[in-house]
Amino acid sequence: MKIDAKDRHYRDLNALIKKAVANGETEIELLNINGQRYLGTGIDGQVKITVQGIPGSDMGIFMNGPTIIVNDNAQDSIANTMNEGKIVINGHAGDVLGYAMRGGKLFVKGSVGYRVGIHMKSYKKHIPQVVIGGTAKHFFGEYMAGGVLVLLGLNRQQGEPLVGDYVGTGMHGGVIYIRGTVKEEQLGKEVAVMDLEEKDEAELSSLLQEYCTDLGLDYEEIRAEKFIKLVPVSNRPYGQLYAY
Amino acid sequence: MSTYLPPEFIHRIDKDRCRRCKRCILNCGFNALSFQDGIVADHSKCVACHRCATYCPEMAITIEKNPLAYKGNALWTSDVQKNIQKQAETGGILLTGMGNDKPYPIYWDNLLIDACQVTNPSIDPLREPMELRTYLGRKPEGLEFNTDANGEVSLKTQLEPQVKLDVPIIFAPMSFGSISLNAQKALAKAAEQSGILMNTGEGGLHKDLAPYGKNIIVQVASGRFGVDSKYLNSGVIVEIKVGQGAKPGIGGHLPGEKVSAEISETRMVPLGSDCISPAPHHDIYSIEDLNQLIFAIKEATNYEKPVSVKIAAVHNVAAIASGIVRAGADIIYLDGFRGGTGAAPNVIRDNVGIPIELALAAVDDRLRQEGIRNRASLICAGGIRNSGDIAKAIALGADAVAIGTSALIALGCHVCQKCYTGNCSWGIATQRPEMVRRLDPEVGAERLANLIHAWAAELKEILGALGINSIESLRGSRERLRAVGLNQNVLDILGVKHAGR
Repeated sequence: MKIDAKDRHYRDLNALIKKAVANGETEIELLNINGQRYLGTGIDGQVKITVQGIPGSDMGIFMNGPTIIVNDNAQDSIANTMNEGKIVINGHAGDVLGYAMRGGKLFVKGSVGYRVGIHMKSYKKHIPQVVIGGTAKHFFGEYMAGGVLVLLGLNRQQGEPLVGDYVGTGMHGGVIYIRGTVKEEQLGKEVAVMDLEEKDEAELSSLLQEYCTDLGLDYEEIRAEKFIKLVPVSNRPYGQLYAY
Repeated sequence: MSTYLPPEFIHRIDKDRCRRCKRCILNCGFNALSFQDGIVADHSKCVACHRCATYCPEMAITIEKNPLAYKGNALWTSDVQKNIQKQAETGGILLTGMGNDKPYPIYWDNLLIDACQVTNPSIDPLREPMELRTYLGRKPEGLEFNTDANGEVSLKTQLEPQVKLDVPIIFAPMSFGSISLNAQKALAKAAEQSGILMNTGEGGLHKDLAPYGKNIIVQVASGRFGVDSKYLNSGVIVEIKVGQGAKPGIGGHLPGEKVSAEISETRMVPLGSDCISPAPHHDIYSIEDLNQLIFAIKEATNYEKPVSVKIAAVHNVAAIASGIVRAGADIIYLDGFRGGTGAAPNVIRDNVGIPIELALAAVDDRLRQEGIRNRASLICAGGIRNSGDIAKAIALGADAVAIGTSALIALGCHVCQKCYTGNCSWGIATQRPEMVRRLDPEVGAERLANLIHAWAAELKEILGALGINSIESLRGSRERLRAVGLNQNVLDILGVKHAGR
């Protein structure tokens, strides 16, 4: 079904979406979205939502299952504390994406802002996976405690940095894969740079194949460049900080 | 490196009374006692938690401050010297547990409550009804009524969600991780029995607590541990924790060795990994951002639950509180600088924040001046010790109080302030199974429910003396308080006259 979001407050819009999902709707297309917040919040299950327009902040916050496809750019805090489901953004997105994300996937075709993928966690079978196609600003993967965070750096301008400073600072779990190289001074002191092992290659291949299929990108071209792997030096970075 | 730290306490065993039953050895969580042809104490390990002395059947144990620990000095006190020695030996940030123990003024003790004499009658609560019931949540600007053809009157105003407390007390947030599951169970059972609420803290909701949902506040802190849509909907109030009185502006680390299978499951984090709570919520850098998270929670809970925002009392607390109300919070939880903690840097706990009495009065004033006091309930916490403190807090403008340390003392805590070690001999601030087991949730709940029952009875006595029959009539009624020994600035901030006026 289609829902026209023109001039609708997010509260009314989300109430309509919740009602549609409760009625068993499995595919919803949202038209004329213009900054409405919290799309996909408070609904569970296998519904697919297509967003036409630019969604507002906190899209998919606490989300638990649905798939959201955005055919444009998106605002901040997408996939905040998300539990399960998938978000695909066919443009750029803002700051603090995937904050404290615990499961599900977030694919962004373009570039993202500051503090993306921070404090991601994993837990039993829940492993959050985030792939960013363009560049990312400072504090990428800060406090990361679990999950997989990938940065591709596609379509960069001449001299445009792949990522900002403090990459993985405070990281104590999970893994970051970056296509290209990162200078020593850009890294947080809690991470180490490693080469990919066989199991990393396998994990990355299946994730990137899905990413390329969803966003219409060339998988072989992306894999042509070498990836590095960032892992935490310790899962207890602050163990020695205190006097008892 | 050898230590220069002398033992803080001397653990004495009366050899004539001791029957060598070794119960004290088993009870000590700090490994201070052993058996070598008799009970032998390692004084340096004793923290004076009094577990051994309480459980000694012969009352053979006494614990004293070590008189020779340090030579007396008003500037270079024992604490100062001990802390310097510890840091010289480790190079670390000093950690501590529980609330600020420094001799800052306790303004509750300078406030006195009014009573009726001759000109209006006091009321006897033993024989007349007394109302302590309190509702937390946003109140309307006014009430409108419908009258139907038969003259029946009904409420027209749509009320925002309200949560009922039978007594204006809640248990302060203490997470599974900072305290044991048995301690949390005791709090939940007591909350249910007493018609009040407990608060999960930031460590998620263990599955065993799910049946107590009607008496639970679930907390969302910067680490988002255990937070998902099911969690948000499993209590009656959702609380965003921004700050804590004992450590304003500071995040937290639950060390990985405490992250057991049960804690990992409840917090939804990897087993054995540090739980790092960032100092800020990285999706809240402004009042506008706070508004965004408040309404994200309301969307996730279908606007059915009040959203509370907990902050530490800091210098500009009144302006901050006004912003929080305008951001859409239904409840503000104000935590003063004497509030407790499972672990905090000593320097922060002892030097940051402001007293709850002043913060509460300033916030209540500001919200009244701006005409928005009705929009949020005020919970006040941070060193509430008895029903007298509660009555004074309510007269200063609180809707309810939260108690953490008082509740733990009811469970056996002797305020040894070693919560951060995880060795609590009383089974409270520990995850060691053999320690946790000794705290029986049923017994704990009974002790807690007794405390709430006793304080409720005392509050009724106070109301009766004041000549009022409802806690609502005391709320914000500062005219019923007088101060002794406070300067004019403090009197102005508290909005209270000096005794005699």
